[in-house]
Amino acid sequence: MRIALVGQPNCGKSTLFNHVAGYRAMTANFPGTTVEYTETQTRIQGHDCTCMDLPGTYSLVSGDRAEMETRRHLLFGEVDLIINVVDASLLGRSLELTLQLLELEIPMVLCLNMTDEAQRKGIQIDARKLSDLLGIPVVPAMASMGKGLQELFRQALQVWQEKARGKTQRFSKDIEEVIGRMTFLLEADWPVREKVPTRFLALKLLERDPFFLQEIEEKKNLQSRLRPLQDRLEEAHGVPAEEVISSERHALSMNLFEKAARIIHPPKTDWRILVDSWVTHRVFGYLILGLVFYGFFNFIFGVGGAIEEPLLRFFGHLSEGLKDLFGPGSLLFFLTRGFLQGIAGGVAIVLPYLVPFLVGLSLLEDVGYLPRVAFLMDVFMHQIGLHGKSIIPFILGYGCSVPAVMATRILEFPQHRFIVAILATLIPCAARITIIFALAAFLLGPNAALFIFVLNLVVVAVSGKILSLFYPDASLGLILEIPAYQVPPLGNTLKKSWYRIREFIVIAWPILIGGSVLLALMEYGGVEGSINRVLSPLTGLLGLPESVGTTLIFGLLRKELSLIMLTQALGTTEVLTVMTRTQVMVFTVFVTFYIPCLATIAALWREIGKKGAFLAVLFTLAVAIVLALAVRLFGGIFL
Amino acid sequence: MTSLDRIEENRKARVVDIQGGWGIRGRLGQMGIHPGDILTVRRYGALRGPILIEVHGFQVALGRGIARRILVEGVE
Repeated sequence: MRIALVGQPNCGKSTLFNHVAGYRAMTANFPGTTVEYTETQTRIQGHDCTCMDLPGTYSLVSGDRAEMETRRHLLFGEVDLIINVVDASLLGRSLELTLQLLELEIPMVLCLNMTDEAQRKGIQIDARKLSDLLGIPVVPAMASMGKGLQELFRQALQVWQEKARGKTQRFSKDIEEVIGRMTFLLEADWPVREKVPTRFLALKLLERDPFFLQEIEEKKNLQSRLRPLQDRLEEAHGVPAEEVISSERHALSMNLFEKAARIIHPPKTDWRILVDSWVTHRVFGYLILGLVFYGFFNFIFGVGGAIEEPLLRFFGHLSEGLKDLFGPGSLLFFLTRGFLQGIAGGVAIVLPYLVPFLVGLSLLEDVGYLPRVAFLMDVFMHQIGLHGKSIIPFILGYGCSVPAVMATRILEFPQHRFIVAILATLIPCAARITIIFALAAFLLGPNAALFIFVLNLVVVAVSGKILSLFYPDASLGLILEIPAYQVPPLGNTLKKSWYRIREFIVIAWPILIGGSVLLALMEYGGVEGSINRVLSPLTGLLGLPESVGTTLIFGLLRKELSLIMLTQALGTTEVLTVMTRTQVMVFTVFVTFYIPCLATIAALWREIGKKGAFLAVLFTLAVAIVLALAVRLFGGIFL
Repeated sequence: MTSLDRIEENRKARVVDIQGGWGIRGRLGQMGIHPGDILTVRRYGALRGPILIEVHGFQVALGRGIARRILVEGVE
C-alpha cells in the first residue's frame, strides 16, 4: 500500500511523517521545506506500507516546481491512499486543496492537525459534521505531540480496505452542465495517455491546465469543442474559465467551513504579534537580524574553536607516537598516519563546527525566523534582480550547497532558480566555513575570516547584478506566507540536526578517511608529485607551494578534504612554518570560491541542467582565480 | 477606493478587485486573498520593501508591486 501525505505548506506533514518514519524527513517552519519527496517503509497493523511525504502545495493548479512534483506523484505515482494533512487553524483556506484532492477519486483521510492552534484562534470544528460533508474520515490530531496519529492510521487502513471514496462536491448548476458535456465528450473518445478520473480531466481541460492542454494538442476535433464550452463559462461569469472554476472551489470551501466550524471567541491577543512588530520593524528588525546572525556565528566559532584546539594537539601527539612505533619511512606509518588524519579531520576539524551550526540552523528554521528574514531582505534582493524568498537557499547554503541548490525549487521562475542556484554555490558551506575558521581565523586572526565573509557577500551581490542583466526579472514580486512562530519541538529539532550530521558521518567521513589514506599512499609512492606538477601552472600563478596541488583535487570530492589534506601534503600541522601569511590567505580565498564539490555539481545538473552546472563550474573557477590573484598581489599590505 | 499600498499600518481594508492576470489572482487566491476578503496591514518594510498583511488569521508578505495591484476600500 502506498500512502501519500499531502497538504499545504507548513501544515505539519513532515512532523507527522517523522513520527511514522522515526525522524527521517526534514521539517522546518518555512513554506516549502520538503522540496523533494521523502519516503519510508513502515508497518501499520500488520500491513506493509510505503509512506511518502510530498512537498507542500497550495493547490493542484500548476505552480512552482515543488508543487508540480506533488501533482506528478498524485497523478502518476500509483498512490493507494491520501492522508490530507490540514492546519485546523487555517481550515477555510486548506479545504480548497482538499476539494481538488477529492477530484482525484483516491481513497482519502483528512488529518485535522494543529487543533490546539485552532482553539487558540477561537475556531471550533465539528469533525463529524465535516466528515459527513466530505464523505471521508476526519481525525483531529496534534502531530507535534503525536496525539491522534494512531486513530488516523487506523481510519486510513479502513478506508483503504473499503476502497472508500469521498463525496464529489457539486458546483453551481450552469457549471455542472458544462462539466457534464465535457465528460460526455471525453467518455466517447479518451484523448490522453493518463488514466485519471473523467471529471478530473474535464475540469483540468476547462481550467486550461498547461500539462493536459499539451496532451491534446493533436486532437483538433476535441479542441474545437472545448473552446465553446470555455466561452460559455466566461460569458456567464465575466471572468476566464479557469477563474470561474477556482472561485467556485473557493466558495464551496468557505461554505463547508461555515457549516463545519464556528468561531466561538475572538482570537486571544497573541504575544507573537507583538514579537513580530519588533522583528519586522524598519529599524529594529535589521538590528535584530544582525544580532541573531552575529550571535549565531559567534556561537559556532566559540564552540568549534574550544573543541578543535585541544583535539588537534591530541591527534598531533598520536601521530608522533606512530612515527616512533613504525619508523618514519615505513609503509605502515604512512597508512596509519593517513587513517588517523582522516579520523582527526572528522572529529577535530569538521564536527566541532558542523554540530553547533546545524543545531543553530535547525532552531532558527523551526522557530520560523527564516521567512521574517525573507521579508526584511526582499528590498535588497530586488537590487540584484531577485526577491526575498531567494534568501532561503542562500542561508541554507551556509550549511551545505546541496540542499541550497535543491531549495531553489521554492522559486516560481526558471530564471530565478538559475541565478540563485549558481549564486548559492558561491556561499561558503559548513565545510568551507570550517576551512575559513581553521586557516584564516585560527592562523591569521578573526578579522581575516570576517574579511572573507564580507568579500563573499560582495561577490555574490555583484555576480547577481551581472547575471540579472542576462536574465531579466519577470516575476510578480514577493508573495510569501509568514507562518506563526512555534516553540520548536526540541526533540524534533535535535533529531533533524542529527539526521543532517549523520549524513556527514556515514557519507562524507568514510570518503575523507579513504582519501586521506589514499593521499598517504600516493605520497609514499611519489605519485603526488606528478599531480602537483600538472597543477603547477595554477599553484605557480597563485604563488602557492607546489605541494598544495593535490589538496585542490581532493577538495572537489569534499571541501573539508582540502584542509585535512593540506596538513597531510605539507607534512606538518604547523602550517605557518611552511607557508607565509599571504599564502594562507590566498589558499583560503581560492578554496572558498573555487569549483563546488561533486555532490553540488550533481545537484546543479539535476536542477538547472548540464549547461547550468558547466557554467557554474567555469564561473566559480574564474571568480576564485581572480580573487586569489588579487589577494596575492595586494594581501601583503594588510597581512 | 485606493490600492493596498496606501493603507496605513494597523488599518483594515476590504479587497475590491485585483488588477492583473490569472497568475497573480490565482497566487493570491491560494493565500486566501480574494475580492471581498478583509485584510489588516501590519507592517511596511523599510525602503519600499514588502508589506506584511494579516488575512484570515495568518500573515502574508506582499511585494509593493503586488500590493499596488490590489484595490481596496478602507473598513472601520
